[in-house]
Amino acid sequence: MKIIYTDVLIIGGGLAGLRMAIGAKRRGHEAIILSLVPAKRSHSKAAQGGMQASLGNVIKGQGDNEDVHFEDTVRGSDWGADQQVVRMFVNTAPKAVRELAAWGVPWSRVRKGDREVIINGQKVTITERDAAHGLLAQRDFGGTKKWRTCYVSDGTGHAMITAMADQAIAASIPVHERTEALALIHDGGRCYGAVVRDLITGQLTAYVAKATAIATGGAGCLYRVTTNAVICEGIGHAIALETGVATLGNMEAVQFHPTGIFPAGILVTEGCRGDGGLLKDVDGHRFMPDYEPEKKELASRDVVSRRMEEHLAKGKGAKNRFGEHLWLDITLLGENHIKHNLREVYEICHYFLGVDPVKEWIPVRPAQHYTMGGVRTTPTGESPTLKGLFSAGEAACWDMHGFNRLGGNSVAETVVAGMIVGEFISDFCDRSENNVNIPTALVHGYLEREQAKLTAMLTGRGTEAAMDLRVAMQQIMTAKVGIFRRGADLEQAVDELQALLVRSRNIRVRSRAAGANPELVAAYRTQKMLKLAVTVAYGALVRTESRGAHFREDYPRRNDAEWLKRTLASWTNEQDTLPTLRYETLDVKTMELPPGWRGYGTKDYTDHPDTAARQKEVDALREKLAPAGRFAVQKALLPYEELLPPRFRGPNERIDERF
Amino acid sequence: MADDAAHRTLTLQILRYNPQEPDSTPRMQPYQLEEADGMTLFIALNEIREKQDPSLQFDFVCRAGICGSCGMMINGRPGLACRTLTKQLTPETTLAPLPVFELIGDLSVNTGKWMRHMSERLATWVHLKTEEVDLQRIEEGMEPELADQIYLLDRCIECGCCVAACGTARMREDFVGAVGLNRIARFRLDPRDAREDAAYYELIGDDSGVFGCMSLLACHDLCPKDLPLQTQIAFLRRKMVVVGLK
Repeated sequence: MKIIYTDVLIIGGGLAGLRMAIGAKRRGHEAIILSLVPAKRSHSKAAQGGMQASLGNVIKGQGDNEDVHFEDTVRGSDWGADQQVVRMFVNTAPKAVRELAAWGVPWSRVRKGDREVIINGQKVTITERDAAHGLLAQRDFGGTKKWRTCYVSDGTGHAMITAMADQAIAASIPVHERTEALALIHDGGRCYGAVVRDLITGQLTAYVAKATAIATGGAGCLYRVTTNAVICEGIGHAIALETGVATLGNMEAVQFHPTGIFPAGILVTEGCRGDGGLLKDVDGHRFMPDYEPEKKELASRDVVSRRMEEHLAKGKGAKNRFGEHLWLDITLLGENHIKHNLREVYEICHYFLGVDPVKEWIPVRPAQHYTMGGVRTTPTGESPTLKGLFSAGEAACWDMHGFNRLGGNSVAETVVAGMIVGEFISDFCDRSENNVNIPTALVHGYLEREQAKLTAMLTGRGTEAAMDLRVAMQQIMTAKVGIFRRGADLEQAVDELQALLVRSRNIRVRSRAAGANPELVAAYRTQKMLKLAVTVAYGALVRTESRGAHFREDYPRRNDAEWLKRTLASWTNEQDTLPTLRYETLDVKTMELPPGWRGYGTKDYTDHPDTAARQKEVDALREKLAPAGRFAVQKALLPYEELLPPRFRGPNERIDERF
Repeated sequence: MADDAAHRTLTLQILRYNPQEPDSTPRMQPYQLEEADGMTLFIALNEIREKQDPSLQFDFVCRAGICGSCGMMINGRPGLACRTLTKQLTPETTLAPLPVFELIGDLSVNTGKWMRHMSERLATWVHLKTEEVDLQRIEEGMEPELADQIYLLDRCIECGCCVAACGTARMREDFVGAVGLNRIARFRLDPRDAREDAAYYELIGDDSGVFGCMSLLACHDLCPKDLPLQTQIAFLRRKMVVVGLK
C-alpha cells in the first residue's frame, strides 16, 4: 500500500482550496490538492453574477464600505453569523478582488459618463465619475444597500477560477485530479491526512500531512432539484462527520435560489434581477412589490424564494407539462445588455429551454443552491475539536453566513477564506510541535478498513441498490426538508432517512468493472450522503423557530430568546442512525449589530433578553465616538483586527476614502 | 411546446472500452431508451447507467455547458453532451470518446492531464511585473473595452473539442492546439502580463505552435463557446512571423 507525505493536504480544487494551497506554498510549505475533477471544472466555476467587495467605484456604490457590507451580511444571515468572522471577511474582500485583478481576472470595468440602467422596472440614466473610469465595476444584488457585486459579465466564477488555477500551476502546485478522499486519518485528537481513492484505477493511497483542509464545496445533491454540479455531494462534510470528533455547524441552513430554470434547476444568476429583471406570475403581474414593498425582487434569497412559493400556492403559477413555475422577465434589459452582461444566461436559455430571453420570459422556480452549514471551525479555519483539520469555503462553517447567505458573498468567501486560512495553515505548519510523527500501523489500519468496506459492497451479501436509496433520499429532502418545513413532515423525513441509512449498510454493487467502477462510487457516496441528509433533517426538526432560510410553518417567528445559537452535529458512533446535536450560544452582549428587523421579510420575531441593553450600549458608544470616525467606533464595538493574519490587516483605499 | 405524441425510441451506439481490464477490447454497444421531453444526453446517459448498465463511464460536472467536462464525439463531431438535446439527434446516435486525449474508459477521457501539460508548457498565467501587489490600494485601471476583449478569449472552458477536431493535433502529439494558441492570444492582449512577443515566439514560434496550424479551422466551427479562434490564430501567426523575421 502506498503512502504519500506532504506538508499540507488540500481536499478540493475549487477557489478556496486553490487559494489555500497558493498561500501555503508561498510560505514555504509543500501542498498537494486532491480534486474529483480538473481544478478548473470545480463548482466555483458556476458562480455567475459576481463577488461582493465594498470598492464603491460605481456611482450607485458610492459611500459603500466595510461597515455597510458588514451590516448587509449580518442582516442577511438573520443574525446567525459570527460577527467577528463577518468583520474579517468584509475587510479582506476588497483585498481579495484586487489580488485577483492583479492576477489577470478580466473584471468588468466602469466607463465614465452617462449610462442607462433599469431600476425598479424603469429606465434611469446614471452618470459614472471620471475618477472611476477603468476601475472595477459593481452591479446590484439582493439584500445589499449599495451596488457592491464585482463581476466579469456573468462568468465571474469561471474567470476567477481560471486565473486562480493558472496561478497554482505557476506555483508548481500538484493537483491530483480524479482522486477522492474516503476517510480522514486521525487518532481521536489529531488529523493526519486521508485515505484517497484514485478514480481512474480504483487504487487506495494514504496521504499523510501536517495539516489537512476540507474545501469540497456544498451538498446540493442531497436534493432532487439543485443548481449544484453533480459532484456537490457533500462528501467532504461527511468524512469530517465520520471522524466522530469534528463537528458540522448549522446543517439545517440550506439556501434555495429563486431562479433555477424550470424544470432542470440550472441556475440563472441573481444578476438578472440585480440588473433590473422582474419576477412575474401567470397573469404577467409583477408580484414581488405586493409582498416586499421595499426590496421587491431584491430582498434576500430566502425571502424571495419563500414569496415565490407562497404565490405559487395561491394558484398564481404558470403551468407547463412539467408543472408550475413563475416567470423571470429580463426582456426590458435589451439585447445588447443581455448578450454582453448576461451571456451565459442567454446561452443556457437558448440551449436548455429553446427560449430567447431577449424576447421571451424565462420559466423559473426556486431550487436548492447553497449549503450554509459546514465543518465547524474557529476564525482561523481550524476544527476546534480535531487538531490539524482545517476547512474553508462552502464546506466550512466559520460562520459568516449564518442562516442565509447573500448573493455574491460565496465566491467572495472562497477566496477570502482561502487567503486567511492559508496563512493560519502555514503558521500551524511552521510550529515544530506540529510535525507529524505517527506509526505507519495507524495509516495501514485506515487503508485496510476502507478497502474492506469497498470489498464488502462488491462481494458481500447485500441486497440494496445504491441509486434507489439515493433517489428516495433526494425525494424526501425536496418534499419534506425544503423551503417550507413542518414538524410532522420533518419527523417523517427523519424516520424515513434513518430507514434508508440502515438499508445503505446493506448495499450490493453488481458491477465488477475494473478501475473507478461508477456503481461502486455511487454506493459509498450514497452511504455518506444519507448521514448528511439525516443531519440536515434532524437539525431542522429540532430547531423550533424560523431563521433565514430555515422556515418552520409551525414556528414562523425567529426566536432569539431560545434559538440564537448554532447547531453542532457529531456522529459519535458509526452504528448510530442520528447525529448527536449540541448547541453553541451566540452572545448578544458582544454583537456589533444586535438582532433586529432585517429590513425585508417578516417583522415578527422574539427578542433575546439581552438585546435591548446591548442596543442601548451600542447606540451610546456610537454617539460618543462618532467624532473619532468610523474606524474608532467599529474598534470599540467589536475588535477583530488581531484575528486577521498580519498581511491582510489594514484599511482599504477607495475613491472617496484615501489614506 | 405541447407534444404529447408518443415519444421516440432512441438508440445510442456507444463505444465501450475499459483500459483497466486486460480482456477489454473496443466495441460499439447499442442502448435503447425512450426519449423524454427536454431530454439531453446528460439525462439519457445517466438513465442508461442507472437502469441498464452501471459500468458505463462518462464525465459530467456542471451539466449546464460551462465546465467543459462532457466533450465527446456525437455522431462524429465533437460537442458538449450536457447541452445536446436528444430531439436534435437522429433516432440512432453514435457516441465516442474524444480522440487525441488519453482514454480513461468508454466516453471518459483525460482532458485535464493534457490541459495541465499545455498550461505548464505555455506558461498560461499572468507574469506579474512586480512580485507583491499592495492590496490596500485602489486597483490599476483598465479600459472597459479591453477588459471585455480579454474576457471574450478567457471564456474558453478547456473542453478539448478544438483539439479533437484538429488535423494537426491528430498528426503531431506536441501540437498545442487552438486552446493553447487562444491562451497565448489572451495573455498577449493583457497589459498586466510582462511578456513581450519575443517571449511568446519562444513558446509557439514553431510547428508545435502557431506554424503547425493548417488552417482547416474545424476548431473555430466546433468551439462550444464560439470563441473567435480563426481570427486569433491568423493574427497570432502574423505577429509571430514578424518576430521570426527579425
